Amino acid sequence: MSDQLPALIIVAPLLGAFLTPIIGWWNRHLSHPWVLMVLTIPLYAAYSSLFKVIKNGPFGYNLGGWAPPWGIEYRIDYLSAMMLVLITTIGFLAAINAKSAGNTEFKGKEAQFYTLFLLQITGFLGIVITGDLFNVFVFLEISSLSGYGLIAHGEEGAPMATFNYIIIGTIGASFYLLGVGYLYMATGSLNIADLATLLPALYHSKMVLVGFAFFTTGVAIKMGLFPLHIWMPDAYTTAPNSVSTLIAPLMTKVAAYLLIRILFTLFKPDFALSVVPIATILGWLAVAAIVVGGVKALAQTDIKRMVTYIMVAEVGYIVMGISVMNRAGLTGAILHIINDACMLLCLFLVIGAISFKGHGREIYHFQNLNKKMPLTMAAFVIVALSMCGIPPACGFFSKWYLIMGTIVAKQWVFTATLLASSLINAVLFFRIIEKAYLAPPEDVAAGLDHTEAVIITRDKVPLTMIVPILISAAIILILGPLSGKIIETVIQHAVPAIF
Amino acid sequence: MTEYILAKYNYWIYVVLMMIGLYAMMGKRNLVKKLIGMNIFQTSIILLFVSTGVKKGGATVPILMHAGHEHGAQLIQVSDYLNPLPHVLMLTAIVVSIATTGVALATLILIYKRYHTLEEDEILAIRRESRAYKTPRILNPTD
Amino acid sequence: MGEVIYSAKPLWAVLVSMGAAFLILLTGEKARNLRESWTILAALIKFGLVFSLIKPVLAGKTIEYTLITLLPGVALQFRVDAFGLLFGVVAATLWIPTSFYSIGYVRTLNEHGQSRYFFSFAMCLSAAIGVAFAGNLLTLLIFYEILTIATWPLVIHHEDTSAIAGGRKYLVYTLTAGCILLLAIGITYSLAGTLDFVGGGFLAGHGSPGLLILLLTLFIAGFGVKAGIMPFHEWLPSAMVAPTPVSALLHAVAVVKAGVFGCVRVILFVFGPELLQQLGVWTILAGVVAFTVVAAGLLALGQDHLKRRLAFSTINNLALIILGVSLLSKNAMTGGILHIANHAFMKITLFFCAGAIYAKTHKDHVSQLDGLGRQMPFTFAAFAIASMGLCGLPPVNGFISKWFLCLGAVETHQIVFLFVILTSAMLDVAFFFPIIYNGFFKKPLPDVAGKVDEAPLLMVLPLCFTALFSVVFGIFPNAFLNFFNIVRLAVTNVLGG
Repeated sequence: MSDQLPALIIVAPLLGAFLTPIIGWWNRHLSHPWVLMVLTIPLYAAYSSLFKVIKNGPFGYNLGGWAPPWGIEYRIDYLSAMMLVLITTIGFLAAINAKSAGNTEFKGKEAQFYTLFLLQITGFLGIVITGDLFNVFVFLEISSLSGYGLIAHGEEGAPMATFNYIIIGTIGASFYLLGVGYLYMATGSLNIADLATLLPALYHSKMVLVGFAFFTTGVAIKMGLFPLHIWMPDAYTTAPNSVSTLIAPLMTKVAAYLLIRILFTLFKPDFALSVVPIATILGWLAVAAIVVGGVKALAQTDIKRMVTYIMVAEVGYIVMGISVMNRAGLTGAILHIINDACMLLCLFLVIGAISFKGHGREIYHFQNLNKKMPLTMAAFVIVALSMCGIPPACGFFSKWYLIMGTIVAKQWVFTATLLASSLINAVLFFRIIEKAYLAPPEDVAAGLDHTEAVIITRDKVPLTMIVPILISAAIILILGPLSGKIIETVIQHAVPAIF
Repeated sequence: MTEYILAKYNYWIYVVLMMIGLYAMMGKRNLVKKLIGMNIFQTSIILLFVSTGVKKGGATVPILMHAGHEHGAQLIQVSDYLNPLPHVLMLTAIVVSIATTGVALATLILIYKRYHTLEEDEILAIRRESRAYKTPRILNPTD
Repeated sequence: MGEVIYSAKPLWAVLVSMGAAFLILLTGEKARNLRESWTILAALIKFGLVFSLIKPVLAGKTIEYTLITLLPGVALQFRVDAFGLLFGVVAATLWIPTSFYSIGYVRTLNEHGQSRYFFSFAMCLSAAIGVAFAGNLLTLLIFYEILTIATWPLVIHHEDTSAIAGGRKYLVYTLTAGCILLLAIGITYSLAGTLDFVGGGFLAGHGSPGLLILLLTLFIAGFGVKAGIMPFHEWLPSAMVAPTPVSALLHAVAVVKAGVFGCVRVILFVFGPELLQQLGVWTILAGVVAFTVVAAGLLALGQDHLKRRLAFSTINNLALIILGVSLLSKNAMTGGILHIANHAFMKITLFFCAGAIYAKTHKDHVSQLDGLGRQMPFTFAAFAIASMGLCGLPPVNGFISKWFLCLGAVETHQIVFLFVILTSAMLDVAFFFPIIYNGFFKKPLPDVAGKVDEAPLLMVLPLCFTALFSVVFGIFPNAFLNFFNIVRLAVTNVLGG
C-alpha cells in the first residue's frame, strides 16, 4: 500500500473525477460528499509521502513498472512533497467551501462542476509529482482545460476573459511544449533527472538555449509574471468564487514550482549563474511586477480585482526570491509559495463568503461589515496583516527571507521594492479595514450613537464556508512561527546544495 | 542560401506556420479567427515534433515484420526505423489541442449567446456600456 | 554574564494578557463587570510574574526561555536581563492603576466599543512585555510590530475624522519604521549571523565603518519613530486624539518607551559603547537628540491643548533618555535608563490628571483650566507633583535621573549637553508651572465655577497612587521594585566591571 502512494495521489482524484458524473446523475446531492471522500485519499497520501521523504529522503515511483528514462517516473523529493501537501490541503479546504458557494453558482450542474474540480486538482498534483517533461505538459493542459471550463461559468465578463485566457494559456503551453521538443532533439530524453545529467555538456548548444527560452516564457505565462499577466486579473475576477478559491492560490504557485524545477533541477544552477543572464531578467521583471501590481491594485475599487493585482505582485515576490540566486532568496521564494497560497486561499474564501451573503465587492460595500460578519472579517484582518508582513503571521517570515536574499545579493533596488510593496499592501488593506470596522464619519459627526445603530450579529454563513475560512486564518497564524521548522525539515533540502 | 533553406525545409515550414498562427491570435479582432490562429500555431508545433522523428536512408515505420519467427530473429537495426516517440507524444498533443479547441468553441458559443457578435471591438463596446449601469451582483438574495 | 535559568515565566507574562484579551472579546459588552475583572486579574497575575523575576535577576542570573526556532541561529526567545526587566516591571506595574483608571474613564464618559478598547489594551501590554523580554532583535521586532498594530484601534477609538486622520498618520509612520527596521535587522543578520543581544554589543569587527554608520542610522530611524525623535515625532501629537488612558499608558509608557527601549538596546546591546566610540558617531547621535530635547521643549510652550503639550513634553523626555545613553558614560547611562522608569510614573500621572479633568469638565485646553485646582484638589496636587518631578525638583524621582544625567554630561566633558539638560529643565518649568498657578490661583471660568467637584474615585485613586510613588521613588529609589539596583546592574552588564 505505502509503495503505491505516489500513484494513488494521481489515480484517486482522476478516477474520482470520472465517477463523479455517474454519482451526480444518480443523486446530485451526493457529489459533494463524494468529492470530499475522494480528496481524503491524496490528502493522506501526500502527507505520508512528505513524512516518508523527511524520514528516508527522496524516492521515485515507476509508472507501470517501466524504469526511467524510458518509462514515466513519479519523483517525490522535498520540494514536490511539500507542494503535494500544499495542493491537497488547499484543494480540500476549497472543496469544503464548494458546497455552499459552488452549489449556488453551479446550480443543477453540480456533477459537472465537481468533475472539473477534481480534474483541476489532478492536474496540479500531476505537474508536481511527475518527473517527466512531457508528462508535465499533459498535466499542465489538464489543469488549464478544467480551469477554462470552470472560469467560463463565472459572472458577466467570464466567457470573454476565459477566451483570452485560453488563447494566452495555449501560447504558454505550446511554448512549453516547444521547449520540451528542443531539449528532446538535443538529448533524446524526457526524464528530468536523466536530462539533468545529459544537459551540462550541451549548455552552449543553441538548441538547448532556445529550448530554455521557450520553457521560461511558457512557464512565465502560466505564472502570470509581468508583463505576461494580462489574462490573470480578468480571469480570476470574473471566475465563480468557488473556482477562484481553488485556482487562484494554486495555478501561479504550481507554475512557480515549475520555474524552480527548470532553473535548479533540470538545468543546474550554474547554467543560470554563468551561461544565460536569466537571473537579471527575472529580477527586473519581478521589480516591475511588484510595482505595477501594487499600483494597479491601488487603483481598484472591486476587492476581488484588487486581490488579483496583488497576486501579480506576489508572483513578483516569488520570482525575485528565485532571481537573487542565493540560499536565503530561494528559501524565501519557496516559503512564499506556501504562505502566499494560504493567504490567497483565505482572501478568496472571505470574498466568497461576503458575496454569498449578498454584499457587493466594492470597497464601500464593506461599511460596517464587521458587525454583520465578525468572524469573516477577523479572518480578513489576519490575512491583511500577513500581507503587510506583520509578524507573527506567515507573510512576515517569507518577506524576511526574501529581503535577506536581496541583501546578500546586494540588490538594493530589490530590497527597496520589497519594503515599499509591504507599505502599499498596508494602504490597500487598511483602507478596507477602516471601512469595515469604523462607523461612517458622517454618522460620527452627526453624533449618531454608532454602537447601538448596528448590533453585532453572527456571520450567518453556512458552516462549510466559515470553517475553511477559520482554518485557513489559523494556518496563516501557525505557519509563521513554524517557518523555522519547515525550513529546517523541508525547504533547506529543496534548495540546491551549491547555494 | 536556397540550399540552406531547402536543407532544413521542415523547420522553415514550422516557423512560418507558427508566425501565421501567432499573428492571427494577436492581430485579428474576430474571435473565431483567433481560434483558427491558435489551431495553426499548435499544428506547427506538432509538425515540428513529427519531423524530428525522420531518419535519412530508407528508414520506415517501426513495425517489426519478422518478430516472432523462430529462425527469423534477425537483428533489429535502430537506423532502419523512424523514431516513434515524437509521434506518440504528438498523439497526446493532438488530443490536448482538440480538447482546447472544443473548450474554446464552447466559450465562443457562450459569448455569442450573450453579446450576439464575435467581433472583439463590438463586445468591448457592449461591455463598456453595460458597466456604466452595473449593479452589484447578488448571489443569494434571500439572505 | 552569570548563571542562566530556564523558565517559562517570561512567556507566561506575555501570554497572560493575550489570553485575557480573548476572554474580554468573548465576554463582550453584556457582562461588563466580568469583562473588566479579566483585565484586573490579568494585570495582577502579570505583575506577580514579572515581580518574581526581580530577585533572580538582581542575583546576577538571566532567565531564558526558547519557544521555537525561527531562522538558523535565531529563535523566538525570551531572555530577561536587568535592562529588559526594568521596562517589563514599569509596564506591568503601571498597567494595574491604568486598568482601574480606564474602567473609571470609559464608564464616566460612556464610551462606545469598550470591548475593543480593553481587548487592544491587553494585546498592547502583551506586546510591550514581549518587547521587554525579547532575547534577540527578531523577537523584539515581532512584538514591536504587534504593538504597532494593537495600538491602532486605540488611536482611532473615537472614529471621527481627526481620529481616523491621526490613526492613518500613526500607521504611515510606524509601518514605514517597521520596514526600515526589518531592513536594518536583515543587514545585521547578514553581517554578524546572529541577532542575540549581548551586553556591550556584538557588531564590533563586522562590516565597514560606512556600512555600520548607515546601519545605525537605519536603526535609530526605525526605533526613533516610536521614540519621537525629531524629525519623526509628528505622529505623536496627532495620536493624542486617543482616549486619555490610552495616551497615558501607551504614549507615555508602553509604545513610546518601546521605541526608546529599542534605541537603547541597539546602542548598548547591538553596537555597544566601544564600537560607537570607535566610529565616532555618538556625538552626532547625541547632537540630534539634544536638538530634539530643546526643540520639543520650545514647541511645547506653544501648545494650548493640554494633551498635545504633554505629548511634546514626552518627546522632550524620551530624547533626554536617549541622550543619556548615547553619551556613553556610566552616570549618563544610569540617568538615562533610570529616567525610563521615572518618566513613566510622572507622565502617567500627568495624563491621568488630564483625563480626569476632561472626564469631569470636558475641558482639554490649558487656557480653560483656570481655577479648577480648587474644585479638584487631588487631581491638581498630583499634577503639581508630577510636573515638579519632570522639572527635576527634589524630592520627586525626576530629580535623581536628571542628577545622574548632568553628572554624566560633566563626565564626558561635553558642557553643551549639560546646558541642553538644564535648558530642558527650564523649559519644563516654563510650560508646566503656569498651568499649576492658573489652576490654583486664578478665578474659574463662569461655566464651571462651583459646579465641578473631584472626578470619580476609580480615576482619582490611580492618579494619587502614581503621584505618591513618584515621590516615594524619589526618596527611596530602591523601594519595593529595586529600580535603582536594576539600573545599576544593567549598566554594569553593558560596561562590565
